[in-house]
Amino acid sequence: MKPEDYNTQNKPVWCPGCGNFGILMAVKQAFAKADLKKKETVVVNGIGCSDKYHQYIDTYGFESIHGRILPVAMGLRLANHKLKVVCIGGDGDGYGIGMCHFIHAMRRNLDVTYIVCNNQIYGLTTGQTSPTSEKGFETKSTPNGNIEPPVNPIALALASGATFIARGFAGEVPYLRDLIIEGLNHKGFSLIDVFQPCVTFNHKNTYEWFNDKLYKLEDHDPKDRDAAVAKASETDKLPIGIFYREEKPTYEDEIEQISRKPLVEQDISGVKMDDLLDELS
Amino acid sequence: MIGGKAGYGIMVTGMIFSKSCVRGGLHVFDSVEYPSLIRGGHNTYHVRVEEDEIHSHIELIDILVALNKETVDKHKDKVTERGAIIYDSSETEINEGDVRKDIRMYDIPLLEIAKEHGNELMMNTVALGATMAIVDYDLGILEGVIKDEFSDKGKDVVNSNIESARDGYNNARANYNNNFRSKLSPSSDKGMILLTGNDAIAMGAIRAGCRFYSAYPMTPASSILHYMAAHELSKGVVVKQTEDEISAIHTAIGASFAGARAMTATSGGGFCLMSEGLGLAALTETPLVIALCQRAGPSTGLATRTEQADLRFAMHASQGEFPRVIMAPGDVEEAFTLTAKAFNLAEKYQIPVIVMSDKHLSESHKSSEKNRFNIDYEIDRGFLVPEWNDGEFRRFMITDNGVSPRALPGQEGTVFRTSSYERDEYGWNSESPENRTAMNDKRIRKTESIISEIPDPSVYGPEDADITLIAWGSTKGAVLEAMKFLEKESINANFIHITHILPFKAESVRKMLESAKKTLIVEQNHDLQLGGIIMQYTGVCIDRSLANYTGRQVLPHEIYDKAKEVLAR
Repeated sequence: MKPEDYNTQNKPVWCPGCGNFGILMAVKQAFAKADLKKKETVVVNGIGCSDKYHQYIDTYGFESIHGRILPVAMGLRLANHKLKVVCIGGDGDGYGIGMCHFIHAMRRNLDVTYIVCNNQIYGLTTGQTSPTSEKGFETKSTPNGNIEPPVNPIALALASGATFIARGFAGEVPYLRDLIIEGLNHKGFSLIDVFQPCVTFNHKNTYEWFNDKLYKLEDHDPKDRDAAVAKASETDKLPIGIFYREEKPTYEDEIEQISRKPLVEQDISGVKMDDLLDELS
Repeated sequence: MIGGKAGYGIMVTGMIFSKSCVRGGLHVFDSVEYPSLIRGGHNTYHVRVEEDEIHSHIELIDILVALNKETVDKHKDKVTERGAIIYDSSETEINEGDVRKDIRMYDIPLLEIAKEHGNELMMNTVALGATMAIVDYDLGILEGVIKDEFSDKGKDVVNSNIESARDGYNNARANYNNNFRSKLSPSSDKGMILLTGNDAIAMGAIRAGCRFYSAYPMTPASSILHYMAAHELSKGVVVKQTEDEISAIHTAIGASFAGARAMTATSGGGFCLMSEGLGLAALTETPLVIALCQRAGPSTGLATRTEQADLRFAMHASQGEFPRVIMAPGDVEEAFTLTAKAFNLAEKYQIPVIVMSDKHLSESHKSSEKNRFNIDYEIDRGFLVPEWNDGEFRRFMITDNGVSPRALPGQEGTVFRTSSYERDEYGWNSESPENRTAMNDKRIRKTESIISEIPDPSVYGPEDADITLIAWGSTKGAVLEAMKFLEKESINANFIHITHILPFKAESVRKMLESAKKTLIVEQNHDLQLGGIIMQYTGVCIDRSLANYTGRQVLPHEIYDKAKEVLAR
């Protein structure tokens, strides 16, 4: 497959310069490289500027509502674990309204890839503070400066049991592509948090700002949990790359009812009731 | 009735008594009342036993098993003439004048016998044995039920309980010489079972091929979760307790989108959280079955008590307009068949279907015949297309009946996307006014087809009656029992029971009501929600009402009294 094979009839309508263009490019390149079959792949979106991916990628798609990407993805996987389920959402969606599901999906080690387009701002609602906005950040909802410190998604993922944790940058497409490929090939929950400049509403965390702040993880052993925690805690310079990777049975592996074949391939006709009725007599 | 503090095994004891009666071919209806506590508080389990089928408990008590003084004080006035109280004078002090003289007092050393067998909690089992002696019932049947119910707790538990029951039985026999006025005699085996509404809902789902169940615990829906989980391996159902009800409904939607028959269940509070998911299922046209087991609100309200005040909520939950089916079974048989039917309607019309129960139906046991649950059931998956040869797949194709072809991810040639935004026939987002109107019409058009397969309300009693009772859901039982009282006095009453609320069979209901002489509606809510719906759809205003929002199920004699009052006007 080639990246353009995943193109749809729609031209992306994000703001010129939006980080989503880079992420979309990296996603399609990663899909092509990982040879994802259109018919076996489902892109699940939430709400936010990132909610359009399913309109721009030619696979099956399900756009859920705000914050509910991961529950829908869980249902999809448990009903048919032959499907490749790729979740793409925003920071408000995943780390704000959907935070509860985020933590639980990770502790279950649900076998999905979750790409978070983290622009540290609410873009689609025209510029309010986000869970990842920095302290002091001025937005329409925090005109006097945000008094809340940001969520640290990487540290949170480490604490919650995610088995693949990476961070990329929308301005480094080939590097991001490779991270996504690693995530897609990982068996278990893979989080790829992506720094994404919002050229319209976030005038602080710009391409220039990130270029100055970011560095690529080298000489880091992703098996080393303590080192991952230390790297996740850095704030002066921000590392991108794979923080942590661990092999563990997935959620789906643990479910006996789907060990032979997916739920959707099982015959549901003519269910016998005798045993159930006997229990009640 | 057996009563005592929470933590004293009141529920298990009552259920064992009910089951012992059913195994002897007797009919049972039982009702539990308990506060939202794990220890302490006042719990009761009221079992009504008859030779013929019964549909409700009644207020009266022939035998009161009192594990504490509170039980005597609270319920002695309801003990029938020459009824019995079983108690233990070492635990419950009853003084001269505390109870009426005609009541037979059976002082049994419940605690002492229980302690002899190693656990004072078995007081209730001792009392069970004593009860069986007093009504002269077959102790062997009780022992059989105890054995089955405790088998997973090991031989020792089974044996000590059987011994406790036996000693209770022998003690009552030896000291009270079979002098109680009423007896229970086992009759022939009619192939009977004992089940709750929630058992029936879960069984209906399993019968329908439900293979995915996600839920968050909430009384009185939790026992559906327990039932599904207990049978997850034998019936191949993937059962998941999610982090909240929001996740429960969205997980079920994901599973259904992938092609599994999926259900979730909750009570009003959880349904609040599910409202957004309800709308998502509607816009994405994903089949979904929700069991809504009501309890008394608002908010946490009376967490373990019954009410029917969520009908309007279920009808209008979630923003926007979309078709939904709401069904309200009145008893365990309907809970089973309507839940099974819900899955076909959900898939055939690609809509959310809500099956409404309440604490009374969900948690009360009723005896029934096994063969009523061996139904013919044809799975109808609706417009599910395994392949598509007509160009780009149109998941939301405009059709006459509003139902579009549905394909499942994994299929070749039907790649599509769906969205919580409005979209066109292909699933591409579209905000054009023309598309919006066409899509809204398409979805809402489904109602016309659905209504053609909704049956008319059930009518019980003679066609020509002096008074017509109207009810929905679980109040059916009390109404049917009240009609028996009225019949004894040769009062002509009939009863319209509305099991299908949405879509509403307006024409049929209007005709029925227009020919009625006097009408009385019975509901477990203040606002007479069904009454309002009837008026909205038919223009008919029901004459009189019995609105009960005590948190306790309306009793047959209350309906009887009200009916007499209406007739006397």
